[in-house]
Amino acid sequence: MIQALAFYMFAITAVIAGTLVVFARNPVHSVLWLILSFFATAGLFVLMGAEFLAMLLMIIYVGAVAVLFLFVVMMLDVDFAELRGRVAQYLPLGLAIGVILIIQLSIGFAAWSEGPTVGPVAAADNTTNAHELGAVVYTKYVYAFQASGLILLVAMIGAIVLTLRTRDGVKKQDVLAQMYRDPKTAVELKDVRPGQSL
Amino acid sequence: MSDGFWIFLTILGQCLLVVVAVLISLAFLLYMDRKVCAAVQLRRGPNVVGPFGLLQSFADFLKFVAKEIVIPAGADRVVFILAPLMTFVLATIAWVAVPFADGWVISDLNVGILYLFAISSLGVYGVIMGGWAANSKYPFLGGLRSAAQMVSYEVSIGFVIVCVLLMVGSLNLSDIVRAQDGYGVFSWFFIKQPVMFIVFFISALAETNRPPFDLPEAESELVAGYQVEYSSTPYLLFMIGEYMNIVMMCALTTILFFGGWLSPFGVGHGLFWFVLKVVFFFFMFSMVKAIVPRYRYDQLMRLGWKCFLPLSLAFVIITAGAMKLTGAQPWTYTEAAHEIGRGIGPDPRIETPAEPTTTLAQES
Repeated sequence: MIQALAFYMFAITAVIAGTLVVFARNPVHSVLWLILSFFATAGLFVLMGAEFLAMLLMIIYVGAVAVLFLFVVMMLDVDFAELRGRVAQYLPLGLAIGVILIIQLSIGFAAWSEGPTVGPVAAADNTTNAHELGAVVYTKYVYAFQASGLILLVAMIGAIVLTLRTRDGVKKQDVLAQMYRDPKTAVELKDVRPGQSL
Repeated sequence: MSDGFWIFLTILGQCLLVVVAVLISLAFLLYMDRKVCAAVQLRRGPNVVGPFGLLQSFADFLKFVAKEIVIPAGADRVVFILAPLMTFVLATIAWVAVPFADGWVISDLNVGILYLFAISSLGVYGVIMGGWAANSKYPFLGGLRSAAQMVSYEVSIGFVIVCVLLMVGSLNLSDIVRAQDGYGVFSWFFIKQPVMFIVFFISALAETNRPPFDLPEAESELVAGYQVEYSSTPYLLFMIGEYMNIVMMCALTTILFFGGWLSPFGVGHGLFWFVLKVVFFFFMFSMVKAIVPRYRYDQLMRLGWKCFLPLSLAFVIITAGAMKLTGAQPWTYTEAAHEIGRGIGPDPRIETPAEPTTTLAQES
């Protein structure tokens, strides 16, 4: 009873927040609604007993990805009112993407409803979410896991390469050079006479 | 139905108790913060309200509440009010997973440490939203600085936590404390992981925007950063939330490295030790605030990304490698864990029968 109540609460929140992401007038509000829908989804995960996934969703999506979104949206100076005025121009493209997504999802769900190819493995009594996931990810799916890590590494290097630029004449602090300075080379004793400058 | 109702009432009562206890102790910790700072600077500090100025925080509270709430004309009103509420609520709900003593925890989550990590990483939203909603230069700059800073130091905090988890084998906060039981102070994790303890402490300072890393509210550059436009109760909520996060980080340091409720002598564990350790770490936070000058922003970023991140990453590998080489098991796989029913995997106390490797050959 309480579970059903919680489920409907989280589900309705997720759907409403997801809708408002699209319809909010202010882009920053959109991102805030997106965060709320992430929250609600994390709640649904907890209800399913997948508390580890719920926490990962919170840490990665809400704690890192959405912060980045918010950061970018705040910094961008995009006139969204003007973009909205040209909705008709982008409508065919948007509709095409939507149709493709719906077809893909329905194919996926149709295949899934035939029955999963591998049945769920019953967990031992005294193990937790995280242990069960680890036992599968690091053994059965280790190559997929490594491949996803490699993709992230490539993305990281790509981002650095794209933003790296060297400029001449920029003053930077060189910690090592500072540490290896000693009084002999850095300090000089001068005898200054009264009324005279150096 | 009535059973569920009573459970609901009990949990509600526990939550209220913890929140009230934390808020009241916070009032005195605030007073302590100011007194420590005053003592370092050879001042007297607050000494007017109540005996030795003990009631100063309560007087401040009344003053904050009685003032008028000013909302700037160009502000986004909803987000402007939401930001301090978010900071306060997030700081409060983190306490639900903190084990004050053995079994004294509202929700003994199996992913307790991840929950605290998630909540503390959400703390940045209050700051960004507050900085943006005020629609003014200094708050916005403060908000942006804070976002970059908190995201940077979260990464190294995460790896420090991984180092501890490798030795514990469980994400449960109570298990992390129980894993440090044994030879009193000598089995606490700061003995095994001294470098990670120091990295965690400094990262905790940065994560909570405390001096020397209080760039988001550096008064010499940004007036008061994201809090410039806030007044009255919203400002109070920001301040309480910030201090609650600091105490939270002290509690987390205690749990991860200093054995939570365990006594340093190996006997007489209890709430007293937990509180004592948390107050000690809060004292350390105050001393750092009073003694260390503020970092420059590029220095802060260099420390986080070029120093702490590689160091903590290296220590994850070193810890895992050392455990593999010495054959040390995480705590949850040992006999001690299975004895109190917190073990995971096969029980080492039960002799597993030898694998029947020869039967197949015999049968064929």
